[in-house]
Amino acid sequence: MTGVDDAPRPEPVRRVLFLPAELWPRILMPILIGALSLGAWEWAVRANEVPVYILPPPSVIWAALLRDWPSLSVSLGITLQITFAALIVAAAAGLALAVLFAQSKWVELSLFPYAVVLQVTPIVAIAPLIIIWVDDIRLALLICAWIVAFFPILSNTTLGLNSVDHNLVDLFRLYRATRFQTLIFLRLPAAMPYFLSGLRISGGLALIGAIVAEFVAGTGGRASGLAYRILEAGYQLQIPRMFAALFLICLTGIAIFLALGLVQHLALRRWHESAMRKEG
Amino acid sequence: MPEGGTLAGVPPPAPPGRPLVALQGVEKRYATGTLAVRGVNLDIPRGEFLSLLGPSGCGKSTLLRMIAGLIAPSSGTIDWPASPHDARGAAQPRLGFVFQEPTLLPWSSALSNAALPLKLEGMPRSEREDRAAGALARVGLAGFERTYPRALSGGMRMRVSIARALVTRPDILLMDEPFAALDEITRFRLNNDLLEIWQETGFTVVFVTHSVFESVYLSRRIAVMAARPGRIEREVGVPAPYPRGEAFRTSAEYAAVCRTVSLALGEAIAHRGAA
Repeated sequence: MTGVDDAPRPEPVRRVLFLPAELWPRILMPILIGALSLGAWEWAVRANEVPVYILPPPSVIWAALLRDWPSLSVSLGITLQITFAALIVAAAAGLALAVLFAQSKWVELSLFPYAVVLQVTPIVAIAPLIIIWVDDIRLALLICAWIVAFFPILSNTTLGLNSVDHNLVDLFRLYRATRFQTLIFLRLPAAMPYFLSGLRISGGLALIGAIVAEFVAGTGGRASGLAYRILEAGYQLQIPRMFAALFLICLTGIAIFLALGLVQHLALRRWHESAMRKEG
Repeated sequence: MPEGGTLAGVPPPAPPGRPLVALQGVEKRYATGTLAVRGVNLDIPRGEFLSLLGPSGCGKSTLLRMIAGLIAPSSGTIDWPASPHDARGAAQPRLGFVFQEPTLLPWSSALSNAALPLKLEGMPRSEREDRAAGALARVGLAGFERTYPRALSGGMRMRVSIARALVTRPDILLMDEPFAALDEITRFRLNNDLLEIWQETGFTVVFVTHSVFESVYLSRRIAVMAARPGRIEREVGVPAPYPRGEAFRTSAEYAAVCRTVSLALGEAIAHRGAA
């Protein structure tokens, strides 16, 4: 056979300080806006002499964060443990159940509505029950966070497993592939982008689920992670400390979101449109 | 230059021996009651290059999928007299199928895509990758083994798809309008390359197309189909010898066969419903 059509050739990426040049505005602009807002906050609080127990300035919050770091970091560790454990269990269970659904339409028909029930039930409403029923407080919190994080992974992965190009399914039939081969070599890889985007949604939800459950547990007097610190500081009118805990929760949420985004990018960059650099 | 009628009446002699595949009274009626294909009798000898030509909706893709075993005929038989059969008596012909879209696994390199049929057969990695690399080289893609489909042009993706169909060394290559989505220049090149591989390898091709010019350029024999219900109206032979090249595309002979086939197609469309 003779020559070949022209292959599209990727252009070299211009880099500044190890990162693609076009990435810098996406990092620097939010930081700039954040710094300006914090400055305005600091100024407004000081100029109007707002009392610290109403709204503390950022500098005071920062000082509280440094002073209370020993106790806050322990709580942060607990919240992180619960969040990640819940996320891992949600990912494993969601994936396993989605595979089961893909193998049998009957199983999907019978069980999917209950997954929806689990999803639409407000976690605040069932958290007290779970905390009463389950003796181990961490396990109770984990179950609450899992309930919230589970559904996006299940529904996304189910969608992905069922969205395979039907010509590819025919191709596998033509070569007499077994059910298992079709699952491993076709359906699971095709569902990967859906699974990962479900995971990204669930990462944030697991954190929220853990925090909400901690609040419920904390109101019942059972000490645990960061949400308990917020409650405690609220009772003691330690408002800067409250903000410091809140700041840590936000930071954790952002870190989870970015980390799962990175996982998504690394796993899909070679082939999926969502992970491709925009051209032209 | 012979008249069109003479050309059409005399198909070139088919290669001797039993047909590779024989269709007897093949029909396909869908659950909705629509008769997609009616009464197809067709012998395809080994080494044939047969085109199924017809307007959209004439059941040519359905017929191809029945030959591939992807859908079962509602009546009639499809026999593979020369192919091995499994314990239950079902024929196990070695098939290659090329879809209208390249239909590649986007998460696999060109090499893994071409090696897929062998992987499903359970061939060890090194062996199947050697064979896949050979198939890729055969379609002009040497050096693109590690490239992902996303980074290949439309024509190159179709080449990977052809390499994947060839990697099992099939007895028959079934092609469902494989080049319809490509630009004309790329299509001409792929036509020539396909003919070259076919002549070298000697497998059988059934090629579905709606292009008169493409079918005449490629085939030894053309089954002209009509729609509602889908059926073979007429068979036309293309007596021009191989190898065919760009000179054939501009020859008076080519133009004459194209005219015959166009007329046959026109009649097939005009007769629809009357039969």
